[in-house]
Amino acid sequence: MKLKMHRYEEIWLLIGCGLLIVFMLITGYQTFAREMGPPSGNQKIDWRKVDQTAPFDKPGLRQTGDNEYEAVIILEAFGFTPSNIEIPAGATVKFILTSKDIVHGFEIAGTNVNAMVPPGYVQEITQKFSKPGEYLVLCNEYCGIGHQMMSTFITVI
Amino acid sequence: METTKLQLLKDKANRAMGINPSDALISKTYMFIAFAALLLGGILGLTQGLEKAGLITLPEWLTYYQVLTAHGFLLVIVLTAFFTIGYFYAGLSHTLGGLLPKVRTMAWIGFSLKIIGFPLVVVPVLLNDATVLYTFYPPMAASPWFYIGLVFIVLGVWMCAFGAFVQVASWRKRNKGQHVPILAFFATGVFVLLFFGSIGVTIEVLTIIPWAFGWTDTINVMVSRTLFWSFAHTLVNIWYLTAASAWYVIVPKVIGGRRFSDVLTRFVIIALVITNIPGGFHHQIIDPGISLAIKFMHVFMSLVISVPSMMTAYAMFSVFERRGRELGGRGLIGWFKRMPWGDVRFLAPFIAMAAFIPGGAGGIVQSTNQLNQVVHNTMWVVGHFHLTVGTTVMLTFFGISYWLIPYISKRVLTPKINKLGVITTIIWTVGMALMSISMHTVGLLGAPRRTSYTTYGDSATAASWDPYIIVLAIGGTLLMIGVILQAYAVFHLMFRAPKGETEFPIADVEENASETPYWTERWGRTIFLMLLLIAMAYVIPLVDMIVNAPPGSPPFRTW
Repeated sequence: MKLKMHRYEEIWLLIGCGLLIVFMLITGYQTFAREMGPPSGNQKIDWRKVDQTAPFDKPGLRQTGDNEYEAVIILEAFGFTPSNIEIPAGATVKFILTSKDIVHGFEIAGTNVNAMVPPGYVQEITQKFSKPGEYLVLCNEYCGIGHQMMSTFITVI
Repeated sequence: METTKLQLLKDKANRAMGINPSDALISKTYMFIAFAALLLGGILGLTQGLEKAGLITLPEWLTYYQVLTAHGFLLVIVLTAFFTIGYFYAGLSHTLGGLLPKVRTMAWIGFSLKIIGFPLVVVPVLLNDATVLYTFYPPMAASPWFYIGLVFIVLGVWMCAFGAFVQVASWRKRNKGQHVPILAFFATGVFVLLFFGSIGVTIEVLTIIPWAFGWTDTINVMVSRTLFWSFAHTLVNIWYLTAASAWYVIVPKVIGGRRFSDVLTRFVIIALVITNIPGGFHHQIIDPGISLAIKFMHVFMSLVISVPSMMTAYAMFSVFERRGRELGGRGLIGWFKRMPWGDVRFLAPFIAMAAFIPGGAGGIVQSTNQLNQVVHNTMWVVGHFHLTVGTTVMLTFFGISYWLIPYISKRVLTPKINKLGVITTIIWTVGMALMSISMHTVGLLGAPRRTSYTTYGDSATAASWDPYIIVLAIGGTLLMIGVILQAYAVFHLMFRAPKGETEFPIADVEENASETPYWTERWGRTIFLMLLLIAMAYVIPLVDMIVNAPPGSPPFRTW
């Protein structure tokens, strides 16, 4: 069973594998201790009854605390409901998302907001908007002939 | 005893006189289709790049997404599958003493199945009835014939995989206790992965077909995605393993050296076979319905694949250094200058390997939870696979073509075509560098992949991406020139180059090498470990997705 390696190869692999372990530790620390893990909403929804199911029966922005908001957004080919949201600078927004038809993506360019939104699931992702400006929101999963038009803006004032 | 002698005689004849004409015809046909697909897929790629940059407008009857579907299908399914099979069948024929008649038959049955499948896939795409891209995520549903075509193609690939197994098994029976020659060992690894890796997608497609016909009402969207990626990421690693076979076995011979440690080479192959299939999960890091714990485990499962790649990087430079010093190179980098830079059979695969350094690093970024979230579904990912598949795999395949095509056509590589090959390699490298760097950068800025020309309602953010997309289009134009030159070289070497014998370059093992232990030949054990890892990776999430599924989805047509 013995694999004979050159000394240098052992050193090279030790450094390489060591880096991978460091990588895993940082990723694990960020994910589980700092809650920076990727969006992993696990709530199911009947995609045929999105309009009648809370919170999607009242899509839109809702204040939940001191400069904290919830944005309930429905994705369907080829748009976002509601579109063109305005939020104050410094606000932390929890996006609650679902799809009424096929798989869409929810991305806010220039931020780390990026989540897949397949039908049947409620996806969640949170972002703090410190800098005022116009943020481009777009669908980044091909969803049909109008995919390139599926976009809206979030204005931070 | 008699058969062994006969086989020895056949082996000798094979080496002395080159490839058997019936074996050559198989590889030649596969290569012809592969490079025809490159030409066609390349034209579509350029069309798409120019459209995305807003430089051209496509006619009514042809949409960007149709072009994208066909570009992906031709290059990532047709070109790669046909090249891999053509290359390894020539390798099996050469190293195992000619193909068995029944294996030849199987290769042709496999070929016919793929050729039947081909129009079934392409016609719906041309008719705009299958504009679902090559990932065809349900609940978007194409014409059922598109999926039936895919089934035929998979069956065709399986037939070739079984053919390779029959060939290798028969050789092992005739050569008890011996190690399968290294190139055939690589082929075994590749075909094992091709077969087991495509089981998931086959199950997916078999559930899609009755659904697309309307015989079943709904489909489980998340299960389909998961089954798809269990296949699709394995596929890219299959091409990588194919490329690596040329690095370990062929390139050392081209530079006149010997190959790296036999046992470590075989260990790398076994490790890649065992660890590969679970890697596909990192495509779903920002999906809902999968817990953070499972995702974290999959970060590990993906990163583990980089260990054999690190071993490969060491092995290659070790082989180059040894040879460079033999040739009189001195000092820290003197040996590096002694490499045959003017030989396309070395230059192309060398640049391919070099490209895998940033390519592999980018892959580590993409498979890591939070970093994936930054780049998922952006142009970064497109830049990544144009660097890995488009550069690492393709340039290796190009490098192989300059000796393999003459070998199977009983012709020779002339200095002129070699020079053309060097020029093609340089054009390809520059084109891919422009394209890949601009794609990575604009992806980090947020530009999404798979999106036709758009201003996003005159968004300033989207406007800031335009310069990068223009550079991308310039890179694409250079690549088109590269494709034309490469296709010309292949067809020239196949039909017009001067007649003669070309060697199948296989390097010898290093001097005073230690005996390779026989456990490396135990494929049953390797496959068992592979299945164990697949079970660890997939059983929990798949069961969860099935048992706790939301209402299923009917077919949608949104194009």
